[in-house]
Amino acid sequence: MKRTVFFGALTVASIAAGASAAATLDDVKARGKLNCGVTTGLVGFAAPDANGKWEGFDVDFCRAVAAAVLGDANAVEFVPTTGKTRFTALASGEVDMLARNTTWTLSRDVDLKFDFIGVNYYDGQGFLVSKEMGVSSAKDLDGATVCIQTGTTTELNLADFFRANNISYEPVPIETNAEGQQQYLAGACDTYTTDASGLAATRATFENPSDHVVLPEIISKEPLGPLVRHGDNEWGDIVRWTLNALISAEELGITSANIGELSAAAGDNPEINRMLGTEGNLGEMLGLDADWAKRAIMAGGNYGEVFAKNIGESTPIALARGLNAQWKDGGLIYSPPFR
Amino acid sequence: MSDMSYVRSEMLPERAPPASQIGFVGWIRANLFNGVGNSILTILSLIFLWYILSALLPWIFAPTWNSGSLNECREIFGADGGHGAACWGVIRERWVQLLFGFYPEAERWRPIVGFGLLFVALIPVLFNMISRRMNWVLLLAVLGLAGLYLGGALGIIAGLLLLGAAGFVGFKAFTTSKEDRAAEIESGAKRLPNPFIFSAIYPFIAPWLLWGGSIWLPVGAALGFVVGYFAYRFLAPVVGSLAGLIIAVLAALIWWLLLMAPMVDQLDALFTIGEGPGAENLLALEPVESRNFGGFMLSITIGVVAIACSLPIGVVLALGRQSDLLIVKALCVGFIEFIRGVPLITLLFVASTLLNIFLPPGTNFDIILRVLIMVTLFAAAYMAEVVRGGLAALPKGQYEAADALGLDYWKAQRLIIMPQALKISIPGIVSTFIGVFKDTVLVSIIGLLDPLGLSNAIRADQDWNGVVWELYGFIAFMFFVFCFSMSRYSMYLERRLRTDHS
Repeated sequence: MKRTVFFGALTVASIAAGASAAATLDDVKARGKLNCGVTTGLVGFAAPDANGKWEGFDVDFCRAVAAAVLGDANAVEFVPTTGKTRFTALASGEVDMLARNTTWTLSRDVDLKFDFIGVNYYDGQGFLVSKEMGVSSAKDLDGATVCIQTGTTTELNLADFFRANNISYEPVPIETNAEGQQQYLAGACDTYTTDASGLAATRATFENPSDHVVLPEIISKEPLGPLVRHGDNEWGDIVRWTLNALISAEELGITSANIGELSAAAGDNPEINRMLGTEGNLGEMLGLDADWAKRAIMAGGNYGEVFAKNIGESTPIALARGLNAQWKDGGLIYSPPFR
Repeated sequence: MSDMSYVRSEMLPERAPPASQIGFVGWIRANLFNGVGNSILTILSLIFLWYILSALLPWIFAPTWNSGSLNECREIFGADGGHGAACWGVIRERWVQLLFGFYPEAERWRPIVGFGLLFVALIPVLFNMISRRMNWVLLLAVLGLAGLYLGGALGIIAGLLLLGAAGFVGFKAFTTSKEDRAAEIESGAKRLPNPFIFSAIYPFIAPWLLWGGSIWLPVGAALGFVVGYFAYRFLAPVVGSLAGLIIAVLAALIWWLLLMAPMVDQLDALFTIGEGPGAENLLALEPVESRNFGGFMLSITIGVVAIACSLPIGVVLALGRQSDLLIVKALCVGFIEFIRGVPLITLLFVASTLLNIFLPPGTNFDIILRVLIMVTLFAAAYMAEVVRGGLAALPKGQYEAADALGLDYWKAQRLIIMPQALKISIPGIVSTFIGVFKDTVLVSIIGLLDPLGLSNAIRADQDWNGVVWELYGFIAFMFFVFCFSMSRYSMYLERRLRTDHS
């Protein structure tokens, strides 16, 4: 039983057994819980429901990792982090991994000493305008007032885009997405710019979503991915291949419906067999058991199922797969082979 | 006797004042339409009020309580033919979350009982001892209700017994008048124990209720104070009061750091049944992690701790700042000026991120505890300046009078200076309290889910994305209730302590 921290810490910070940075897997197993950093709330990606249970696209990935490592998709402590606290939370070991719609950039990867283990959502910055404006391209936005969140990369991207196209704009600084929605609806700005997924979610909340359009131009690359600390490559491998397993599962047609059947005995497709542990010893190489990928997929389904459930076209956010389709369907989602 | 008397022999009967001067009409004439200027202002104000309320009331009284999402609300408005009404379904679905955060459902009775006991503990401190017996009635009633709520044979029996005891004491308190009771006590009837005993125990009960765990931890922590007290009591006459104080603090620290943990482990082992993971500790509550705290429970926890701790620390700092001892004075001035010179949000960032980096990896230093310390220090620095204002307002004669009576420093402070200085400072102190309580929402910036942080998380639910005013309105209303009560209490206190007889 974990002793309550309050009184112990009242006198001295209780020093837990020496958790060195290099053995995250052992720590997680000893703790019996995966500490996963998520956002404090982003529609479709992570949000608590009325019972305090976290749901969303990033949340399901945390659950998949927990299922792979601990065998229980609910053995996750979700640690809500803000844009300002997320990196210290990861660097200090407060969380084991971060699945918090974080853009993969060079400085974050190199300078902040993190490892992005892949991309689970390809996003990009777009513009939301009302249909009444009659604008069909972002290049027509000359002289427009633009609602923009301050202190984000979107602000810099916006300046770059307008300068490159030699047109002018007037920024209306806002602090949060909720404020952006209000300001845009109140007519304080002609267009609202942020990540396209966020725009779609925002548009879905409007009383008449069809009166507004997201312009076709995507002016920046925002590859969002889970990340772990530098220096613990074994742990990074586990998280990376859990993501790859979800992606490959969709490619190979493994769904939460048929996985029981496929994993019961070795079938005709050797890659499926290797992944689900009916053949070979891939799980052992990762330091896990043979069923790891099966459990990860059963946690919330394959990549496509997770996408469809949280942000896909049947949800209010209604994001098309677009760039996030499998490579064979013309998207960028691609997993290295399980061999 | 002639009947031509021109001197009145009896008074005229009193007549009722004219209808235009009394009652409702009189009040309106005197207060609202007292002259042309006032009449114009009144009418303008009424028009303004009408304008605001005619927009606000239909918004508030929207039939949306049972809606399950923003879109359902919109359908309801659509049926009504109106636009822009409040969507209260979000409050119905999430009010429990806004109050308790992610606190486990089965354990929610603990913060409720803690909150109830808070009042039991505060009443003898805040109010002029409503009556010893009524306070114990209150305590028994809260505990009895908790027992009933918990259910189970044991809970119900204990609850009924406690409520019965409460009823008995309450009945006796109501039936015997104050004088009779005084006579009873005079003739040797036993008095109930002083309710301040419970107030002193409460700081140890509350964290145990909130965080759970073994009961021996709070007991051990409380014993530290006992150790310190006895060390001071017995050593001060021998080695002098300052050295005695230092030794007492050291003794308490040694107890907490070295001796408490083994004692707690031993006692836990004594009360644990079974071995290994299935072992059950009889005297332990299910531990709840800080991360599950949220909503108003978090705000109130931080607010109450910061308020309760900042006043004594602030008083000490204020005295230190006026001290003749150079080092003490320099430390106090440095602390106050440093903390006041830094925004609270900076301190919170230090608590949440910098400490993580400085402490050795794997250190588990509870985030709420870090925040509590920072907010308390912040509030204490402001409190120190408020109290110093009160001290500065006291005439020098009061200090000299205390010296002339031969009181030592602490006695002079306790009996003469502080009662007056604190009384002067009440408005400032309560303002600081209210400010601190409201500042607790800043913790949302470091990722703790206080009401404001939760409102963001709730809006991230696809059902409620886009709901803004309802959530903020509810949160504002709750904060208003707490802050307004504090402000009213301060006015009550000022009236009670007024000594100018004017």
